[in-house]
Amino acid sequence: MTEILKNLSNSWDWETPTKNITDINQWISRFLEVQELVASPDGERIAAIVQDDDESFTVCENGETWSSTFEKAWSLRFGPDGKLYVLGMNDDEWSVNEEDKPWDESFEYVWNLGFSSNGNAAGVNVRNSEGYAVSLNGSTWDEKFFQIRSLQISNDGQHSAGNIQTEPLSEGDIFTFKKGLWSLAVDGRPWEQRFLNVWGCSFSDDGSRVAAEVRLKTGRQTIAVDGVRWDQEFKAVWQPIFIPGTHEVIAPGLTTSGWKLHVNGTPLWNRSFNQVWRQKFAPDGKRLAAVVSPEFGRWTIAVDGNQWKTTFSDVVLDPIFSEDSKHVCAAVKDKSSWTIAVDGAPWNQAFDMVWDPVFSPDGVSVMATAAMGINHFLALDGKIVLGPFEAMWEPIFNENGDKVLIKCVENGQFLRRVVPVKDLSRK
Amino acid sequence: MGLAALPIVNDPGLDIPIQELTPERIAEVFNRVVDQETAARFKVYLNTCVHCGLCSDACHWFLSNDRDPRFSPVGKVKQTLWELIKKRGRVQPAFIKECSRIAHTECNVCRRCSMYCPFGIDIAYLLLTVRRICSELGVVPQFLQDTVNSHAVTLNQMWVKQDEWIDTLQWQEEDARAEVKTGRIPLDKEGADVFYSVIAPEPKILAQLIGNIAQIMAVAKVDWTMPSFDGWDNSNMAMYSGDFEIMGRVERAHHDAALRLKSRRIVMGECGHAFRGAVYDGPKWLGWREPPIPLIHAVEFYHELIFSGRLKISHKFETPVTVQEPCNIIRGRGLGPKLREIIQATCADFREPEPAFEHNYCCGAGGGTINCGPPWKTSRVKGNSVKAEQLAATGAHVIITPCHNCHSGIEDIVGAYKLGMHVKFFSEILMEVMEIPEELKA
Amino acid sequence: MYNFVSGPLVWIAFIIFFAGMIYQFLRMLKSAQKDKVIYPYMSLKYSLRSLFHWIIPFASKNMRARYEVTIVTFIFHLSLILLPIFLAAHVVMFTFSWGPTWSVVSESTATFLTVLVILACLFFLIRRLMLPEIRFVTEPSDYLLLLIAAAPFLSGFIANRQWFDYETVLIIHMISGAIMLMAIPFTRLSHMLFFPFTRAYMGSEFGAVRRAKDW
Repeated sequence: MTEILKNLSNSWDWETPTKNITDINQWISRFLEVQELVASPDGERIAAIVQDDDESFTVCENGETWSSTFEKAWSLRFGPDGKLYVLGMNDDEWSVNEEDKPWDESFEYVWNLGFSSNGNAAGVNVRNSEGYAVSLNGSTWDEKFFQIRSLQISNDGQHSAGNIQTEPLSEGDIFTFKKGLWSLAVDGRPWEQRFLNVWGCSFSDDGSRVAAEVRLKTGRQTIAVDGVRWDQEFKAVWQPIFIPGTHEVIAPGLTTSGWKLHVNGTPLWNRSFNQVWRQKFAPDGKRLAAVVSPEFGRWTIAVDGNQWKTTFSDVVLDPIFSEDSKHVCAAVKDKSSWTIAVDGAPWNQAFDMVWDPVFSPDGVSVMATAAMGINHFLALDGKIVLGPFEAMWEPIFNENGDKVLIKCVENGQFLRRVVPVKDLSRK
Repeated sequence: MGLAALPIVNDPGLDIPIQELTPERIAEVFNRVVDQETAARFKVYLNTCVHCGLCSDACHWFLSNDRDPRFSPVGKVKQTLWELIKKRGRVQPAFIKECSRIAHTECNVCRRCSMYCPFGIDIAYLLLTVRRICSELGVVPQFLQDTVNSHAVTLNQMWVKQDEWIDTLQWQEEDARAEVKTGRIPLDKEGADVFYSVIAPEPKILAQLIGNIAQIMAVAKVDWTMPSFDGWDNSNMAMYSGDFEIMGRVERAHHDAALRLKSRRIVMGECGHAFRGAVYDGPKWLGWREPPIPLIHAVEFYHELIFSGRLKISHKFETPVTVQEPCNIIRGRGLGPKLREIIQATCADFREPEPAFEHNYCCGAGGGTINCGPPWKTSRVKGNSVKAEQLAATGAHVIITPCHNCHSGIEDIVGAYKLGMHVKFFSEILMEVMEIPEELKA
Repeated sequence: MYNFVSGPLVWIAFIIFFAGMIYQFLRMLKSAQKDKVIYPYMSLKYSLRSLFHWIIPFASKNMRARYEVTIVTFIFHLSLILLPIFLAAHVVMFTFSWGPTWSVVSESTATFLTVLVILACLFFLIRRLMLPEIRFVTEPSDYLLLLIAAAPFLSGFIANRQWFDYETVLIIHMISGAIMLMAIPFTRLSHMLFFPFTRAYMGSEFGAVRRAKDW
């Protein structure tokens, strides 16, 4: 659970067992169209883009429509702080709308709505007549570029970065491309260095440094930190991360002996894999887990270089640590079925789909949203304990870990339910 | 041997990079690729081939070029790999241009020849290895390399910017709604049954195909989504240039996009090479035996929609049709029977091509060959006169091509050989014959 | 000389043949591990399906299209393998040295098959010389390999007819047989070993992975 969610959740209503927030069926009969529902983290609000009789679009929230209407609208999302955003267009001008109020500036186009993990900042990639940039909390980078293709926001919400094209390139011009036209702009200032490509980037915890995947030439890639590339080159790399609280960088790199994790360019674990990616640090900033493929067609998690004994045939998603950093779980898919594996042990129950699992605060229990056919369920420690629901959002434990907040649609009603864990286990 | 010299084609992507090569540099790259990146198949194939020439009749290039031995599959291996191996890679730079011409522009890696070789030698794999060597040396036809550059920058094939992509989808959604009231392109919807991916020429130049699919999905009431972020393009020319690192990155983005949206399966539009990249070559490089999420081709998807009754056919398409069977979904997935079933369900007069099914000739455009661009078009079209003969013999007026490369390649052949036929995607036929219920009509 | 070629040379030839085959086989297995897809893709069912369609005459499309090559190839390979094993003169020598015996083909059959093999070699030679697509990929070694395959049969035939000096021809026959045996593991004649595996892999990739036919 993110820090902000933990802090905010303390002030939520953990007493009322069930709140019927709104009747979705009524929305469906009332509007021409009701698009995808989004639920607020606290479950008190549910919203969707809806089309009114006059064919304009607006946002319906708990049955009430916004005063703003749009010719087009998309990317309706709650931020980590619980604020509701939508990207809307009127008269060919796009705006970021925060709780029914547009930011001052409008643009030719806006996309990649993103947030800082502390909830203090919302940002978008933007295009206006001068070029491409980032707008963070409504304030747009001064410098514009020929293109931008990503948005990364530092944890504290103070900084933003995106990979940018520094010079124009006509299609077919492979020789200009070879010079390297791509860089990373941080808070609107591009790195001095240019590369064939700059791809995924990450901020350090304090927001002062940025590391990114870069390509030097065909088949030669490495990591650059604040524009300075590692001495070591690899055939390929994946997205780097910073070691929490430091300026050390960890990234997977493909060597002649296979994929390895590297810290500042030096091999980290003394073994290579058929694949390594999705590396994540534990909350203590010490333990490191990653998804690995020890052999072709087999997948698992390795923690500090030691892989789980069980491997899976199809896919393993991001490792998730418990708050005490002792346990790791992940969504896994084996022989076409999804389930959750905790410390290497997969649940017996298989699903058609599972969402990211959540540890209880003491690290003892794991729960996740799961789906079978069109029905959604809450699964806890390998058992289906609630459902079926027509829709369900990420379940959240309270601070003590004795209650769970469920946000779901049941019989067309959006319900906010608080369920004691002991009632779930008993089922 | 008395073979007439082939016309010299100038291609800056080949002519300029070879100026910087030396035999030593070529040898270094050749030996690195062979030692580090190939193993049993490469060695056993080369040691097993008895130079019997039985693969020749498989190749449309050979058959179309008056049985010129330089175009037979084994002839292409001889002119490239045998020579490289004999000299341990110490060849002149001009030789690498020849290698690229042969491997990139005169072989569609369609794998028909491995069905004619008694030993089942995968000759296409050998020529892909030649492409890999050329790519590592920086010698790739200009237009193909530009496509790979686009993949590297944008993770799509045609330099489509992120805002252009989303804007196009929104515009196509509007168009779809003008026909079908419930027409929508749900962006970034989590947990949908279908993650629909396309190749970049669709948003770039054939946007109506996306509008069409929005109508089809609405009529069939499919729970679907498309991503607003990179990974929407399922095409992969890096697989064909030999830049496997970029190939891997593109394929990962595609599969990760579907994983991120918690989709049950990926359905891809009518494209053959994209299927190959997303189901075989990409996952293989990344370490997956099978794609992490089931991936099905449009032909299979339309089969499901039509035969489950979710799409009703109001009337049959009357004009006589034949089909160009895309290698990568027929020889690559055995979809020949399903392809016929959906054609017969929608068309009144289907003319079977000969040869058919797994033995069908490649369109001549696949394998990245059409992406080598205008400099190579003349030889490409000349290299597939058998296709023109095959199509003409059907007497059909419309050729259904459930693949973008086939579509463009067959259009070139129809034009060059004055066949007077029309080329259509299956979805275009479907749009003409699909019943739109009254209550859904806009 | 006769004693050497009929004694130690036979031993040497067989040892080199078997040791060479085992060596090549193990090397293939090892190198198949490095080719990471081979073992995961292999399927017994589809390997056999493919082999079945390629060891039965005319079961594959190309075998039907090139019927003359198919007929000659099958006769050639069957005779090449079976004739030396069931030839009376060979069995007698084996029985003389080791004891066990087995049935043999009649002399007239043997002669007939020998002639077939020689004619098949001639067919391959003419094909190689006449068809541009084969001539283009022909190297001197291809003629040499054809000669290596033909020599034991040609010399055997001559010995049987007792043309020229019998003992000399016999020595040539035994040497050529030994050369062929020793050449198999280390030349393209190794397709004798590799054929089932290349076929099986392609059959598996086509069938188990790509769900298509490969014949």
